[in-house]
Amino acid sequence: MKIEEFIENFADQFDETDASEINASTNFRDLEEWSSLIALSIIAMVDEEYDVTLKGDDIKDANTVEDLFNTIVSKK
Amino acid sequence: MAFLSFSGVGITAMSAAIPHKVINNYEYTDFFSKEEVKQVVDKVGIFERRFANVDTCSSDLCFAAAEQLFKDNNVDRSEIDLLIFISQTPDYRMPATSILLQDRLGLEKTCIAFDINLGCAAFAYGLTVAYSMMQSGGIRKALILDGETRSKVYSPKDRRTAFLFGDGGIAALIEKDEKFGNSFFSIHSDGSLGDLIKIEGGGYRHPSSSETIKEKVVDEYGNIRSDEQGSMNGSDVFSFVLANIPKDIKRTFEQSCVEKDNIDFFVFHQANDFMNKYIIKKLKLPNEKVPSTIAKYGNTSSVSVPLTIVSELGDKMHGTKTLLLSAFGVGMSWSTAIVSFVDCQISNIVEV
Repeated sequence: MKIEEFIENFADQFDETDASEINASTNFRDLEEWSSLIALSIIAMVDEEYDVTLKGDDIKDANTVEDLFNTIVSKK
Repeated sequence: MAFLSFSGVGITAMSAAIPHKVINNYEYTDFFSKEEVKQVVDKVGIFERRFANVDTCSSDLCFAAAEQLFKDNNVDRSEIDLLIFISQTPDYRMPATSILLQDRLGLEKTCIAFDINLGCAAFAYGLTVAYSMMQSGGIRKALILDGETRSKVYSPKDRRTAFLFGDGGIAALIEKDEKFGNSFFSIHSDGSLGDLIKIEGGGYRHPSSSETIKEKVVDEYGNIRSDEQGSMNGSDVFSFVLANIPKDIKRTFEQSCVEKDNIDFFVFHQANDFMNKYIIKKLKLPNEKVPSTIAKYGNTSSVSVPLTIVSELGDKMHGTKTLLLSAFGVGMSWSTAIVSFVDCQISNIVEV
């Protein structure tokens, strides 16, 4: 799996945040639109696209988009 | 691996009661901004809920539902030999609410009565208990009452639970009849996840005290509740559902040898619309076979599956129908059932 594609899928879960604001090193929790509701969409997207079930702690323990990508890779 | 099957027993009549008080979720803004409320409400797809008043208990909703069911079906009360009350909001810590309902409903003293203390998955659990006891031969009719006043359990100042839950009660009459085909039940428990949905205080591990009723800020988002109000870790519940529910549904199809196409209706626990839509998509189910009440009643815990049947399938249960019931919740505890229905009589919903 490619990180570019993951970043795109990740950014798709946001309504108001422009995709250009999100890259591998983005601290996603600092995004204004970030919320536990967006986290649900991320969990669903990762289940659908990568067949990996993320837990709340996986998201809590990640700081950047790349951290989360690495978690998914390690769970594959 | 618990997998149960029954034949020659089924639900012959159902009814439901809901409080008359409607909560408009967009206007449930005492503690959060309109904007923030809209964001949550739109995501979970819960626009209205019913809240019982301070004097109304789960048992009162079930009592009203049962009276309606008796009236509409000319039920002889003396023939009810088993009463099961399913709830996590009983009238008292003791005695069991079912026993008080035996008297209120004018049932015989020879009637078996007990409570089942389980959450959202409990309706199917209750069916397995009733069906099993019916097969012993000494029970003419059984009554399952399933009621919740979830509105009294959660803090309106905790955004993770404030907008989800509502109240309701149902009654279901169970009878033996050769007309009923096979019913199958796959039921599970995982106590390692006991903390995902919980009320920490007020039981005997952490008895009620001035400390347990104190409101506290519980997280970095500023959510507020006491230890005697329910807490829920929504994202981990969602992960649990993704990992377990579709798998259990597939397993139930395999074990029962029933084909997906032979199911007339798929009735899911009404937890939130986002989650249900995702499961429906993942399982590739046709939307018209998946009734929903989440928008108008919210999450009523164990009541949501039978309440959805009464509310949405009232005029669609003539003849032979096969329903798949799927529910999960506090425990965690989860159930998948394929249930045979034949000419189930469904009463109009009563408002209390």
